Amino acid sequence: MSGRSVTLPRWVDIAAIPLTNVLLAFLVAGLIVLAIGENPLEATRIMISGALGSGEGIGYTLYYTTNYIFTGLAVAFAFHAGLFNIGGEGQAYIGGLGVTLVLLAFDHSLPFAVLLPLAVLAAMLFGALWVLIPAYLQAYRGSHIVITTIMFNFLASALMVYLVVNVLTPVGATEPATRDFTAESAIPFVHEILGRFGIAMDSTPLNLSILLALIACLFVWLYLWHTPWGYELRAFGHSEKAAIYAGVKTRRIILITLCISGALAGLVGVNEIMGVQHRLILNFTAGYGFAGIAVALMGRNHPVGIVLASLLFGVLSQGGAELSFENPAITRDMTVVIQGLVILFSGALVHLTRPWFERLFAFILSRRNALPQEA
Amino acid sequence: MTLPAPAADDHATTPGKATLSPDAAIELRHIEKRFGPTVANRDISMTIRRGAVTGIIGENGAGKSTLMSILYGFYQADAGEILVGGRPLDIRTTHDAIAAGIGMVHQHFVLVDTFTVLENIMLGREGGPLLRQGKSVARRELLRLEAEYGLGIDPDALVGNLPVGAQQRVEILKALYRGADILILDEPTGVLTPQETDQLFRILATLRAKGTTIILITHKLREVMAITDDVYVMRAGAVVAHRPTATTNSQELAELMVGRKVRLKLEKKPAMPGAVQLQATDLGLKDERGVDCLNHINLDLRAGEIVGIAGVSGNGQSELLEVLAGIRAPSSGSFTVGDRKITPQSACDPALMRELGIAHIPEDRHRLGLVTRFTAAESAMLGYQHEAGYRRGWLLDSRAIRASCDRLMERFDVRPRIADLRSANFSGGNQQKLIIARELARHPKVLLVGQPTRGVDIGAIEFIHSQLIAHRDAGCAILVVSVELDEVMSLADRILVMCGGRITGEVAAAEADERELGLMMANARRGGEDAAAPNQRSLRQSRAIP
Repeated sequence: MSGRSVTLPRWVDIAAIPLTNVLLAFLVAGLIVLAIGENPLEATRIMISGALGSGEGIGYTLYYTTNYIFTGLAVAFAFHAGLFNIGGEGQAYIGGLGVTLVLLAFDHSLPFAVLLPLAVLAAMLFGALWVLIPAYLQAYRGSHIVITTIMFNFLASALMVYLVVNVLTPVGATEPATRDFTAESAIPFVHEILGRFGIAMDSTPLNLSILLALIACLFVWLYLWHTPWGYELRAFGHSEKAAIYAGVKTRRIILITLCISGALAGLVGVNEIMGVQHRLILNFTAGYGFAGIAVALMGRNHPVGIVLASLLFGVLSQGGAELSFENPAITRDMTVVIQGLVILFSGALVHLTRPWFERLFAFILSRRNALPQEA
Repeated sequence: MTLPAPAADDHATTPGKATLSPDAAIELRHIEKRFGPTVANRDISMTIRRGAVTGIIGENGAGKSTLMSILYGFYQADAGEILVGGRPLDIRTTHDAIAAGIGMVHQHFVLVDTFTVLENIMLGREGGPLLRQGKSVARRELLRLEAEYGLGIDPDALVGNLPVGAQQRVEILKALYRGADILILDEPTGVLTPQETDQLFRILATLRAKGTTIILITHKLREVMAITDDVYVMRAGAVVAHRPTATTNSQELAELMVGRKVRLKLEKKPAMPGAVQLQATDLGLKDERGVDCLNHINLDLRAGEIVGIAGVSGNGQSELLEVLAGIRAPSSGSFTVGDRKITPQSACDPALMRELGIAHIPEDRHRLGLVTRFTAAESAMLGYQHEAGYRRGWLLDSRAIRASCDRLMERFDVRPRIADLRSANFSGGNQQKLIIARELARHPKVLLVGQPTRGVDIGAIEFIHSQLIAHRDAGCAILVVSVELDEVMSLADRILVMCGGRITGEVAAAEADERELGLMMANARRGGEDAAAPNQRSLRQSRAIP
């Protein structure tokens, strides 16, 4: 019952509570590190300096961040319409296929300035198409989007293995992957650009796709809160009945929302295929699609929050890699545990600390109210 | 209602159970309750007489519900004292309240539809791991209560099959079964027909005669006058008056509630009906299970008149509004707006109906009329989000949206005047005013209104009614659906009665008589003749068992 009595200030809601949750997650992770006989403070130091302590670390961190932004936005965008798209993994994978096909076909013939928009469009189109069938089934047949999109992740995985192994891998290649694309077709790395201005930076996978990620954030923010279609989308997400009352075509909203969500996830393919790998390899999505769910949850489904949450997840990924490299006793799995704890505390247990804050503020308020009477 | 107002004096001493002292059943002393900075209850002292009916009236937000929640153990008071039967009592949970003999009948029933009456009443008191024994104990006790109070409930009936009035009696029975001798009823008549209300009041009179103490929370003045012995008036968290019912009247109570003079009687000029704006012909609607919700509805709605639809809720009124508003497609028949004909084949499209000049103030303002998570400004454009006035190019013009909301709030006195406040944080009356402002702002040709003043304060009711009348006089064709018979009778120029999805009667408002309307509402219901009969049958059954 205490929940009714106070409304928390906004900064507590969007900053203090998430931060507390992350700190709690780290605290529990620290206990686990302690339990396997390692020093948690030392581990934290290695993680943080590994992720943020050098140009190389920062480059890797931001490269991971780019992928998390795309998939986080994808989940959040659909979530505003009350749709839980957990097929980001598959949509990102198929988005990569779109990029690959454009590059395979045109990397020798078209200039980069034409190739880039074509590849971006292909990534979005393929990502959107991959969610089209689940979206149709949700809108017209009522099949639940969670079930269908997760199934489509497996389909995407199987399809990509088939295509890469049987169709796209050149004859005589030793590993399942497409041929390398031309160097001119690659999105420039950030260290290359900085190098051109005379700033030295270690080579990292960070490339200009990160700008695309920020543009995507801006697009999502404008669409959701500053267009009539975003208004309808949110109305539908909060109250389907109110949306119908308002004349919203609900089936169309479901289709459009999920397609845009799929398109956002598909952009991971631009970063990975055109920005980093320069060829299509298997499993390049590496779980970014699933992590996007946690990123969206943590970022409160707002683009700004998603950028911040993506940064945190980037730090965890890069710092974790560094940690397992520096201290073999803490394996790569350990960072997965830490990520899991962050997801647990900021996602599933998001309301764990809220009552404490509410009690704290009820106490502060009652003191403040009591004062004038005493004076 | 022509209930005989019971004389106020002779109940306090009516002998009931064994040792009844004529003193107070409950005494509240200086109860205070704050929620953050707002004071919900301020220095409240009340004496609830044993064996009497005490009415507590007040507008929404006056603090009645908070006070009863404190009494029933949902909340705890910040200060003050509660005495039950003369002893101070610390009520921390509902269990404490029940143990002290306090029972509560909630506005929204808390019953399991798929359980029988007996099972519902046992719930939480199953009496051991095997149901059998507990059931027979419960059945015996139930029969005793039935014999004592004559509620007319069959213990083996499925609750979901019972009419609303009977479900309410199950709630009363549940409280009595748990040993309540103090019964709190929260807005009990909102869902009842006049006949069911009469029946409820007869039961309350019986309970009172047997010594039960009753607290009746309501905003309906006539009910207070009809059944209570004492009345407390609350306003802004405080008790502003206490009157023996015999010494007061509706007008005084209304003024005490609102804190200023109010007109209870609506003043309006005779209607000047013009051209037909909306015409329904043989309109029918089947729900998903193929049951007829609407059956051969024929209806003319003319410019400059208000047509009221009376009926017990759930007899097709909601569906009729939804069909006319384009939310659901009819299954048969058609209706015409202007020169546009809507048939089962035409796709249902609320946006199209808005373009045709139909505005719709829905019954369920929380789920349809606005989006509670949206700001007031966002809710104030719901349904009109594509209008050019809200846009600058492709984007929404948030300044124009806020300005338009400010104007609506100003014109309809929506408080507080904060366009950025979440819709959920406005009181019911102010939410309703915002919706009405939005729908009337476009000067619609046809206005569909569902429950215009449900959960709205007296002050706001007056305002909403006068706005509807003003738009009628300006030539709007208005269809009003309300379960409040008073409201239909005072607003409408013509009254249609709906029952079982049909229109079962039409009366000119001037000639309408509440009793006659009530009979049309109840008797013509499908199986309505037997609506009372199962109760009698069940009575016979339950008495036959021992």
